[in-house]
Order: sequence, then C-alpha cells, then structure tokens
Amino acid sequence: MTATETRSPASPKTPPPPKDRPVRVLSFSQRLNKWDLKFSPYLYISPFFILFAIVGLFPIAFTAVISFQDWDLVRNEGEFIGFEQYIWILNNPQFWTALRNTFSIFLLSSVPQLIAAIFIAALLDRNIRAKTFWRMSVLIPFVMAPVAVALIFSNMFGDNHGLVNNVLDNWFGITIPWHKDPFWSHVAIATMVNFRWTGYNTLILLAAMQAIPRDYYEAATVDGAGAFRQFFSITVPSLKATLIFVIITSTIGGLQIFDEPRMYDNTGAGGPAQQWLTITLFLYNIGWREWNFGRAAALAWILFLIILVIGLINLMVTRTLVRDEGRRSPKPLKKGRAS
Amino acid sequence: MTSLDTTAVVTENAPRKRHRTIRIRGRRAGFWVYGALVVVLIGSVFPFYWSFLIGSGDASTINDPNMSWWPGGNFLDNAAAVVSDPAVNFWRALWNSIYSSALIAASVVVFSTLAGWAFAKLKFRGSGPLLVFVVATMAVPMQLGVVPLYILFADLGWTGSIGAIIVPALVTAFGVFWMTQYLRQSVPDELIEAARVDGASSFRTFLTVGVVAARPAAAMLGLFTFVTAWNNFFWPFIVLDRQNPTLPVALSLLQSNYFVDYSVVLAGVLLSTIPLLILFIFTGKQLVSGIMAGAVKG
Repeated sequence: MTATETRSPASPKTPPPPKDRPVRVLSFSQRLNKWDLKFSPYLYISPFFILFAIVGLFPIAFTAVISFQDWDLVRNEGEFIGFEQYIWILNNPQFWTALRNTFSIFLLSSVPQLIAAIFIAALLDRNIRAKTFWRMSVLIPFVMAPVAVALIFSNMFGDNHGLVNNVLDNWFGITIPWHKDPFWSHVAIATMVNFRWTGYNTLILLAAMQAIPRDYYEAATVDGAGAFRQFFSITVPSLKATLIFVIITSTIGGLQIFDEPRMYDNTGAGGPAQQWLTITLFLYNIGWREWNFGRAAALAWILFLIILVIGLINLMVTRTLVRDEGRRSPKPLKKGRAS
Repeated sequence: MTSLDTTAVVTENAPRKRHRTIRIRGRRAGFWVYGALVVVLIGSVFPFYWSFLIGSGDASTINDPNMSWWPGGNFLDNAAAVVSDPAVNFWRALWNSIYSSALIAASVVVFSTLAGWAFAKLKFRGSGPLLVFVVATMAVPMQLGVVPLYILFADLGWTGSIGAIIVPALVTAFGVFWMTQYLRQSVPDELIEAARVDGASSFRTFLTVGVVAARPAAAMLGLFTFVTAWNNFFWPFIVLDRQNPTLPVALSLLQSNYFVDYSVVLAGVLLSTIPLLILFIFTGKQLVSGIMAGAVKG
C-alpha cells in the first residue's frame, strides 16, 4: 500500500527512492509469488515436453527425412534420392498383400470382438451377484502378453495336431489349413486379438451402459418390451458415441498389429507366401532383416497416412452420428435453425 | 476429444444411478445369465489351462489326438528346461521386465501427475493448444519413430541395453491426458485458492492438494502402464539382443529354439505370465474400475 502511494507521484520523472526497506522486501516476496504462479505451470509440463521432444517429436520428423534418403548403415548417413523409396514400396506386391492382410485381420478381429463385447457387457449390466468377480474374470486375458497369447493359440491352431483341428476332426470329420490358407490364418490371428481385447472393450461399453437412464427401461417394461427388445431399442442406440470411440481406438491399434503375426510360426516372416504378412511385420522385415532404413522409414510414413485417413473417415462418421443423436434434445436443433 | 470427455464425466455418476436401478428393477438375473457368464469365464481361462496342460506333458503329448484333459507331471521339468536354457536367459529377462516396467510406471505417474495438474488446474498461456497437441499425438503410431530411435540408440551404443527401452517410455501422452481429466473433475478450485490464501507456494499446493487428490488415478495409471510395459514387444524386440532380453523377447527366442517341443515353450509362457497374474489377483479390482472410469484405451 505505502509503496504505491509513495511511488506513483514520483515515477514519471525520478526513479523510485530505494530507502524504504521493509516495503521492498514485501514487494520482492510478492514478485516471487507472481513468478511462482506464472512460471511453475511451465516447469510442471516441461519434463513431459522435453522428453517427448527427444523420444517422440524428433524421431517422427527424422523419419520423414530418412524416408527421402538412401541410408548407409556403415557411414550412418544418407543420400537424398527423393520419392524413390515410396515408389519402390507402392510398386511392391508384398506391400499390397500386407495391406490386404492387415485390413482383413483388423476386420475379423474388431467386428466379432465388438459384438461379443456388447453382449457380455449387457450380461454384466444385469442385476448379478459378485459383480467384481465377473468383471475381473473378463479382464484376465488382458494381462497376458500378446506374444504369450500368440504362442498358445498358434499351438491350438496347429495344422496337423492342433487342438482345434483335433476337435473338428473328431466331431465333424474336417480339418482346416490354419497356416496354409490366407483367410484361415487371418481367422486364427484375429482370434488371438479377440481373446486379449474383448474383455477390455466389454468394460468400456459396460461403463457407458450404466450411464443410460434407467427410466427408459422402466418405461419399456411398462410398455411390455422384453429383455431383447429393450437391448436392441434402448441399449445399442444409446451406446453409439462410445462404440465409435472404441472403433477408432481399435482401428489405430489394429492397423499396427505385429506381435501376433510375428509369433504365428517359428520363422516370423509372415508365412511362406506372405499369407499373414502385415504392414508392421513388413516394416520390420525391410528395416531389420534387409537393413534398409530408408525404405522402412518410407513405409512408416505410408502406414501413418493410412491411419490418418481411416481416422478422419471415422471422425466424419462420428460427427454425423453424434449429430443424429443430438436431434433428440432441443438444444442442437435451435442452433441448427439459427445458423 | 469431446467423446472422451463425456464418457469420463458420465461414468463418474454411474454408481449412483446403478443403486437406483436395483430399487427399480429389483429382479435378480436369471440362471441363463450366469450360464452365459460361466461360458465367458471358461473362454478367458481356458488358454491358461491349455498352456499348463501342454506345459506339464512332454513332446509326445501334443501329437497325441486322444490326449488327456488332466495335466501330466512334467511341468517342473519343462519349467527347469526353460529357466536353465542359456539361450533364453530367463532370470535375466524376468529381472529386466520387473525393473524396467516398474521404473517406467513410476516415471509416467510422476511426470503425468505434474503435467496433468498444470493442465487441469493452473492458468497459463498456451495451455489449451498444448493439451490438444498432447492428445493428438496419441494417434501417432509407434512405428513412425522406430527407425531414427534405433539409429539414435545405436549411435549412443545403447542397443542391447535395457535403457533403450526405458528412456522412450518415460512419458506418455495418454498419462498426461488421463491425469488432466481426473484432476479437473476431482479437485475443486476453491481448495487451491484456499491453499494460496494460506500462503502456500505453487509447488506446495501441488504436493498437498494435487498429489493427495491424484492418488487413485495415479495408482490406476501406474498399474496400466506397468502391464503395458511388461507386455510390450515390438520395440524391445528390435533394440534388445539375445543376451539381455525382456520376457516377451525371451519367449520369442524360446519358440525359435524349440520349434518342436511345445511343452517347453508353453511352460515358458506360463512362467512368464505368472508374475502378472499374481499382480492382477491383488489389483484387478482397481484395474477394472479404472478402465471403466476412464473408458480410454492407452
């Protein structure tokens, strides 16, 4: 207080008198406090951003640089060659096989997985005893490493003496070429993904289900709708937003699949005729089997662009669907009219 | 981002609504619900049992179409074969997995809580765009950075060392986002103002208000990060070598060594999974409620 009174008249011409000691100390601690408020947020976020710049941002940018270079592993530097490596990849039939396999495995894993997850979540959403026990039981597979899952399932899906073929042979007299045929190898790999992730998605969908107002169900019961009718007319439509979130995240993960196809046989090359070669497995083979970092970097960028495009398509779909839902409430409708 | 927001907010209220339901539809679930759940439970557990079944037999079991559904007596022998195999380095792998995952989890929790606190509760220039940037990076695939990271670590002479898998995992965008969401909802601004009026410095406020409030979310994040780090394969497989693996890398070596003897391979699978199963038995409840509260995939 006194500081402002004494200073303000003098400040335009003469510098402030440095006599008043206690006031200066007070203003210093106030200034310290101000600095504290102003700069500590940056201090708190800086560890994340500094580390992230080194191990996240720098590699991403550098991948772009390397993708235009013919990288020499011995000298550890590259020579600019333009789009040559992108062209090499796009002209490589293995890339298109890998792309097809990746999408095939992704669809075979995400579609049945989500359907199963919704139904299991609906079971868990009912009034059951020992809720925590059942919820934990669906999550057990999630703690198992994908490599371990792949080893167990590739054993079960053995072509000659695997459990699945033994059972099929005993019961129906048929066996399935789980490793030779591309489609069946995708089914087997998708099964590994489904085993590990269904429970996880179940819990996410269960969380969304529990947020649905129970009055809806009460009204439906009064109207005479049964459990199945209620499930399809109330539960599923209300889950739209969460479903799309789950779809987007499983797309990002699914397009990067590596562990399961890598471990599906003991050579890890993606099958003798690339039956289950995926994009990331192809990237690994180019980069760390053929030791061509330039091509691997170009493929990494192509993969990123694919994920980006699929993500944008998902986002557009999300927007339309979310708007769809909004129409039920009056607010967005008014906004739409005003604009 | 908005969809993530709503799920998180909505779930916060879920338990309360749940209680109301029970009163409205007091009817207990029927027998078929439990029957279906038992089928799901068997599906979850069967692969573990199968690996024990094969892992406790011998090389001939797997080729026998009429094999017994009861485990044999060779599990300890097979486990010993895994543990003593010099090419697999099992104890080394176990130790590497334990300490790298623990270190990664601890680091992610500390840095995420710090950054999350700043984003959730402190006002500073650029916080909005910076947070959007953090969230956007969650969609960037790991593959985009592996080539330069490998070159970088090769330059440093770190390839083959466990540091090469710890350093890139010390921070995650998911962690920052997770803590931001949690702290935003769980700490009232009045509490921070009160601390400030009492003369607490910014860091003191963080320690006394932020850290205390963040504890449940931090536990969940730590657990989740630990499991993810433990199971991670792609990057460790690239950068580590045979002498110094983590458990998933050791498992991959096991398969290329014993491509015929699946009983040894699956005994190894079970051995490497047991530590996480034990962890899950003690903390599974928290992991489940955390996944349900966040509804965010890492």
